[in-house]
Amino acid sequence: MIILMALSENAAPVAGGGHGELDFMGALFVFMLATFIGVMVIQRVSRLLHTPLMSLTNAISAIAVVGALIVSAGKDYPGYITALGLIAIFCSTTNIVSGFLITDRMLKMFKKREGGSISASKGEPEHASRAIGGVAKS
Amino acid sequence: MSADTLVQLLYLVSTALFIMSLRWMSDPETARKGVFSGVAAMTLAVVGTLAGVIATGGTHYWWILGAFAAGAAVGYPLAQVPLTAVPQRTALSHAFGGLAAGLVGTAKYFLYFGQHNEAALSPFIVIALVAEILLGFLTFTGSILAAGKLQEVKWIPQRPVTYPLQNVSNLALFALALALGVALVLHPLAPWAPWAFGGIILLSLAFGVLLVIPIGGADMPTVISILNAYAGLSAVAMGFVLNNKLLITAGALDGSSGLILSIIMCKAMNRSFFNVLFGAFGQAQAKAAGGEEKAYKEDTIESAAQVMEQASLVVIVPGYGMAVAQAQHKVREVYDLLKKRGVTVKFAIHPVAGRMPGHMNVLLAEAEIPYTDLVEMDEINGDLPQADVALIIGANDVVNPAARSDKTSPIYGMPIIDADKAKTIYAIKRSKAPGFAGIDNELYFLDKTFMLFGDAKSVVGELARKLAGEGGH
Repeated sequence: MIILMALSENAAPVAGGGHGELDFMGALFVFMLATFIGVMVIQRVSRLLHTPLMSLTNAISAIAVVGALIVSAGKDYPGYITALGLIAIFCSTTNIVSGFLITDRMLKMFKKREGGSISASKGEPEHASRAIGGVAKS
Repeated sequence: MSADTLVQLLYLVSTALFIMSLRWMSDPETARKGVFSGVAAMTLAVVGTLAGVIATGGTHYWWILGAFAAGAAVGYPLAQVPLTAVPQRTALSHAFGGLAAGLVGTAKYFLYFGQHNEAALSPFIVIALVAEILLGFLTFTGSILAAGKLQEVKWIPQRPVTYPLQNVSNLALFALALALGVALVLHPLAPWAPWAFGGIILLSLAFGVLLVIPIGGADMPTVISILNAYAGLSAVAMGFVLNNKLLITAGALDGSSGLILSIIMCKAMNRSFFNVLFGAFGQAQAKAAGGEEKAYKEDTIESAAQVMEQASLVVIVPGYGMAVAQAQHKVREVYDLLKKRGVTVKFAIHPVAGRMPGHMNVLLAEAEIPYTDLVEMDEINGDLPQADVALIIGANDVVNPAARSDKTSPIYGMPIIDADKAKTIYAIKRSKAPGFAGIDNELYFLDKTFMLFGDAKSVVGELARKLAGEGGH
């Protein structure tokens, strides 16, 4: 919402904000396109996997580590700025490590049939095939 | 090739890998590839950023390494929690994400303020900064509180907390934060500006608490999804501040994921966003409780076992009660024993069963129940009239027929699993008290419904023993 306000208030003026080659219209375009891609990709995620999806996006949102790194490594910055950056690195790394690990741990548990491919005790007929619950077969 | 071009190229590849990572989550078969792709994307992002930092002459590398190591040391055990604790872990991790964004925003502002850098504090940047800290710190305290509620920490109230003028006072505080934000945009370098900035931080921290405190357990899946979206959007705002397209893209992916999950959760409860955030569920419940006592019809586990053995289709409806009792492994035993007798067993999964999106699927997958037998509500409802037995394990509101018929019920209009259409219903329930929402469930008083009172794990365990014992082969 706030981002949208930013858009409406700033759509016209402020050419060359002066911060490097800040290109905020370009940034807004990227944001818009990425949101559409995100919505379309996420809509296709199997409902079975909503919990792992959330822990995966947790890890992805830890991309904040990029900003934290830039702030921490800045030369001649006051000490407290560096400290804030370092805490942010710590927080993000926690999410990267735990997010990816637990997602993988959960995904390993999703099995199509028990005991892998071999056991499948003497071809028990697979009932009610429509019950595959929205999982697209690849 | 300049260093900056190299960094941007690495970011470009990283972005593509992040998108593929989510794309591969569409199917359990390819989902693990998605994790590897995500790890690769994150590695490229960190390597690229470090390359850029080194090229422009950075410092503090040992400190940075230490921060990485400390983060990994905390993150590793957080990934080993039991799966019943996944909702808390997720909330906690949203808190970390929000805090990181908030801190980076704070650092950037005070850096520019200290440098008296008028050019850097353009209106656009300040708006992005305000959005970043607002969303970041709000997500931080809100998620901590949500994690506390989910973990059932003693001094955090589990029930929704409501008080008079709740929404009015929240909106007033929000207006105050907005006013401070506007003042900051207009005069980012005024002597009082850091105080305004600090004020916004405090208000955001307070908001997080105020937004989550009126939320009850049944609404947790929605709230966790909304916090997920906020964490992503705060990363987007950080991307605007740093003019970093990778941050914008990855944050937007996270934000849209949270958004879609919230919409799915809201639909599954027939409530609007606004209603979840501002219309505390607790108010509606209060009047529904009470009323005349009706008698439950109990049955023995032994006869339940006999009925199930004779069935050809058994549909199991799991709910939060199964998670609390950690009954999923016992459920798996029952599933096996019934299958061995040629009974078809399916699980009916309501989107908001449990405390986060997909909670039941993960628990049942942990018990090694093949995911092909976990069926979504819309798909299983057509089969329920043919079901001989519906076995309800610790679920309540998601099978309450009042949602279809009783216009005065707080859950009216919520899509439910049609357990009442099965030929016989067995419901495992912890106690005779009404469920979380405090609403009586007519389903339990139907002629064909039999109650099995007790802890889900011990009742299901007993059921498995009876099923195993009486077959004799």
